[in-house]
Amino acid sequence: MDFLKHIINGLGLGSIYALVALGYSMVYGIVQLINFAHGDIIMVGGYTLYVVMASLGLPLWVAVPASILLCALVGMIIERVAYQRLLVHNAARISLLITAMGVSIFLQNSFMLMFGSAPKHISVFPSQLIRLGSLEMDSSTAINIVVSVMMMAALQILVNKSKIGKAMKATSEDSGAAKLMGINTYKVIAFTFALGSAMAAVGAILYCNTYPQIKPDMGNLLGLKAFVAAVLGGIGSIPGAMLGGYILGVAESLTMAYISTTLTDAVVFGILILMLSVKPSGLMGKNRKEKV
Amino acid sequence: MHLLEIKDLGIIFGGLQALNDLHLVVDDKEIVGLIGPNGAGKTTVFNLLTGVYPPSGGAIRLEGNSIIGKKPFQINRIGIARTFQNIRLFKYMSVADNIKLAMNHNMKYNVVSGMLRLPSFWREERAIDKKARELLKIFDMEELADQMASSLPYGQQRKLEILRALASNPKLLLLDEPAAGMNPTETRDLMEVIRRIRDRFNVAILLIEHDMSLVMNVCERLYVLDYGNLIAAGTPEQIRTDEKVIAAYLGK
Repeated sequence: MDFLKHIINGLGLGSIYALVALGYSMVYGIVQLINFAHGDIIMVGGYTLYVVMASLGLPLWVAVPASILLCALVGMIIERVAYQRLLVHNAARISLLITAMGVSIFLQNSFMLMFGSAPKHISVFPSQLIRLGSLEMDSSTAINIVVSVMMMAALQILVNKSKIGKAMKATSEDSGAAKLMGINTYKVIAFTFALGSAMAAVGAILYCNTYPQIKPDMGNLLGLKAFVAAVLGGIGSIPGAMLGGYILGVAESLTMAYISTTLTDAVVFGILILMLSVKPSGLMGKNRKEKV
Repeated sequence: MHLLEIKDLGIIFGGLQALNDLHLVVDDKEIVGLIGPNGAGKTTVFNLLTGVYPPSGGAIRLEGNSIIGKKPFQINRIGIARTFQNIRLFKYMSVADNIKLAMNHNMKYNVVSGMLRLPSFWREERAIDKKARELLKIFDMEELADQMASSLPYGQQRKLEILRALASNPKLLLLDEPAAGMNPTETRDLMEVIRRIRDRFNVAILLIEHDMSLVMNVCERLYVLDYGNLIAAGTPEQIRTDEKVIAAYLGK
């Protein structure tokens, strides 16, 4: 029974990774950019929750949409200000990567200036113990799993059924041809950033629900792990990002329970190294030839 | 007024004048051929017409309005659609989705009604689906609608690419080597298809082709490019006997 409990805890943790990993994966799928500033969107989401709830004293149902909308907006602004010109002029991928790092440092430091570097306490939902038969879990774990599954189902419908979703798929497959078929790829790219950042905001809410503490550099390790999840699942693949997130969460939880709490990060990155040497395209990644 | 009017069009890549002072017109419902040896600059003309490259000089007008400086998706929306020399379908989507995607910008429902499955979404989605299947029927491909585009045989993929271009409702259709890789039977079939498209959709067609049987049979007028220069223009009969053209193809 203990084993099952650890698996469920792992899924709860993995839900956060999965939601953040989606943003990495979608953006990479569309513009082949590893958006290293994506992890910091979680931080923006966390601080928005904090400001709305703790500073302004507004209820949760205001804070959640505010956080999601602000993150989507920040994602779009980052794309517009930092990346768009590089994309339009077909800059080398390495320039985009360095720019992404710059954006990440900028975000972290501006939040440090505004809020200080000390961690802030935040509480989203009051924590409760849930009992299902002999199985015990924290309410936050249950919320994480339910919310992440719902978000992902909605995302699947959006991407596979809606016209903007189909335009996203087309742009990711061949943006040149998509443009010539009348698809406004600039709009598609902006939408992808907004959608990925909104998902990260939901990840931020779940994160704050699980670990009631925020600080300006909270996005570093979380973002990195979510990125590992995206690569593990096959970067560019939406179901892959979810799967990668859950696997990482469960691996961490089991390591903590049966091996050592200090070794969790080593195990996470060990899994990545193993994966890359066995199947570099990831679990659900398509092995696409690079276009010349 | 001509449907398409190209004047003094040129482009320089680095130090190479890839296209020089091109003059070309296409009228409503005309089928015009653009031919020339490999590397003559034919596909470059298509890339200029669709906004992929900005020209170094000259004018391109569609129905009298300049299209220079417009983005590729805007040019598609005002009425120029194309196919590609090497097929560029969306391989991981179904045949019907490939076509619907090109119709997308004519749809009105938004993301919210799409997510919530509002009636307006279903109504439009049904209409679009019906239209896509009707288009497929023209080439007797309606039973392939739900297959993956990559699973179609080569000839069908070529046809699907033409249908996808037609789905955006163009006034001018650009076909880049539609007969490439086809056998003589398929090519004969294609000639029929090209004429049928013109009659049914009232579009003008500008096509690049190496297959002389197709060009001479289908095109009403021809332009011949060599090393980026226009060396001849006229009816197929005139081109067939033009000394400059013969020299360009066979050498002197």
